[in-house]
Amino acid sequence: MTLVEAVNAALARALADDSNVVLLGEDIGVNGGVFRATIGLQQRFGRERVVDTPLAEALIGGLCVGMAAQGLKPVGEIQFMGFLYPCIDQLVNHASRLRHRTQGRLSCPMVLRVPHGAGIRAPEHHSESTEAMLAHIPGLRVVMPSSPERAYGLLLAAIRDPDPVIFLEPTRIYRAVKGQVEDNGEALPLDVAFVLREGRDVTLISWGAMVRETMAAADQLAAEHLDAEVIDLATLKPYDAETILASVAKTGRCVIVHEAARTGGFGAEIAASIAERALLSLLAPPVRITGYDTVIPLPRLEQHYMPSVGRIVAAARKVCQFS
Amino acid sequence: MSDQPTAGEELPVIARFEVRRRAYLAPDGTVARSLPQFAADTRVLVSLYRAMVLTRAFDLKAVSLQRTGRLGTYAPALGQEAVAVGVASAMLPEDVLLPSYRDNGALLWRGVKMEEILLFWGGDERGNDSSGPAHDFPPCIPVGSQAPHAAGVAYAFKLRREPRVAVCLFGDGATSKGDLWEAMNFAGVWQLPVVFIANNNQWAISVPLRLQTASATLAQKAIAAGFSGEQVDGNDVIAVRAAAERAVTAARSGKGPFFIEAVTYRLGDHTTADDAARYRPPEEVQAHWKEEPFARLRSYLVSQKAWGKSQEEELAGECQERVEAAVDRYLATGPRAPETMFDHLYAELPKAYRGQRDELQGTPRA
Repeated sequence: MTLVEAVNAALARALADDSNVVLLGEDIGVNGGVFRATIGLQQRFGRERVVDTPLAEALIGGLCVGMAAQGLKPVGEIQFMGFLYPCIDQLVNHASRLRHRTQGRLSCPMVLRVPHGAGIRAPEHHSESTEAMLAHIPGLRVVMPSSPERAYGLLLAAIRDPDPVIFLEPTRIYRAVKGQVEDNGEALPLDVAFVLREGRDVTLISWGAMVRETMAAADQLAAEHLDAEVIDLATLKPYDAETILASVAKTGRCVIVHEAARTGGFGAEIAASIAERALLSLLAPPVRITGYDTVIPLPRLEQHYMPSVGRIVAAARKVCQFS
Repeated sequence: MSDQPTAGEELPVIARFEVRRRAYLAPDGTVARSLPQFAADTRVLVSLYRAMVLTRAFDLKAVSLQRTGRLGTYAPALGQEAVAVGVASAMLPEDVLLPSYRDNGALLWRGVKMEEILLFWGGDERGNDSSGPAHDFPPCIPVGSQAPHAAGVAYAFKLRREPRVAVCLFGDGATSKGDLWEAMNFAGVWQLPVVFIANNNQWAISVPLRLQTASATLAQKAIAAGFSGEQVDGNDVIAVRAAAERAVTAARSGKGPFFIEAVTYRLGDHTTADDAARYRPPEEVQAHWKEEPFARLRSYLVSQKAWGKSQEEELAGECQERVEAAVDRYLATGPRAPETMFDHLYAELPKAYRGQRDELQGTPRA
């Protein structure tokens, strides 16, 4: 099963299990979504539960808030991350704080699915990775799977969660990674990082599509007899600092890898946390391998923007040679 | 219109629209148009009058509390009481109200307590955990952003086949915003049970309506979304109630959304932090005092022998008593522990933030 098929399977499972689940978004019905994440679902569950909305992202966010306040479990889809921004008002001012501003009288159990990142040779405004912006909003959860298994299990968890979850789907690995996914309705835990590979020498931390390059880097490092531990953060907000700190305490070295621009990226939060809480375990300064502080380039240059396996390997090597 | 590009070409007309205006009581209380059925029972009108008087008494008190440092910034509704009361009186408890921040008359009608409203404007979220219908939304501060919620709420009603209606109140400024349009457009496509009500008080802080829109009416904005709107005299509570009742009843029976433009006037400042004298002449405000909603209804009730001086005095005393008692309860509301700011962030506070809560709990109080 590919990652996008796992998303589809989780959505189908949620729709079948809970009559309160409603999907809404642009082109998600008859067309099955531009990435085909919702293919077949409208035929199976009807046009009232798999809703083709007008082309209006603030509406999609706001509808989710209204539906959720009524006890539905809306799962909105934004077509590409570059089109998310009209919806930010709804996330910051409403979805994230409806529970707080009514002291629990109303709540907002919604999920907003947003394709994330570059690398699919898409036109301008289709390749953003602004997850740090979202992770800055109190009251939200921000989740990003890096494999079909985690896409399935985390999306089910997000839909069942009583609070708003932004579910970022890495488009570059929608079809590029395959995995065995048992469609058994079992969710994976939110707020927990996954240790994908254990190692003693250096901790590599990443999320989303970059996990693939990070794992490939770990393989190369192994050939050089450097034993890398790889952590998939999976939930960015609230993130699992304990797993990171435990790993860094063991290895004393870390490289944080993300596709998003460096300044104010989520890697900065992790590095700060390590500096605050694990400084004395460190044998080398934490290093960030990230996209540059540039606008994400159009397809001709996007491969040069995204962290490569080579950059990750070089950084890990340098960190290991530091002292 | 000779400068229109199609003028003189005699192209066929493919669509025509009309916008109607509803008004019953003239400012002097005379009946300009035969009254709707509910108005035959003067007891109903008396209940509307009483609600408006209570709303104003509360409103004036809230402003004075702010002026004496016992309330935060507050948005008065002076002169607009007929809109909030008229709309709320047309709703059922199981309907859902999505108000703006100037609709206290509607909140009070629906059972929100005065001390709860004061608590909110006094800077305490507990005021929004109110005694009104559990599904009602709290007042929305980012203008117009509650409109998509109203569509979402109405969608839930439609999906579950529940005979309930979402009622969204907002000001004239909100009609310039995209989110209101997006919500109306969706409501039109899905024929949702939602009523959009523009409280057109003619000023969005300092920006007058003529700088807000070139539309002849706000009601016509519904037409592009595929449903109808009407303009009502928003200082005539009978007209507001009649329009809202028709719209809510139609929506409840599956006839889809409706838009009401209630034309009124903001006699007060935008908020207690605003000074309207900076941008509008006092003569304009004076002129509008002649059209405010109380005098005409009182004159009519007096003419019907349903109201008199003694009732008026009694009501004034009763309202003052109720408001004072609410103020006492508000002022007596104890403080909350600072760490309660974490209580309703999530259903259950994630482990990651418990340390911050403990940190706050352990911080010496400054």
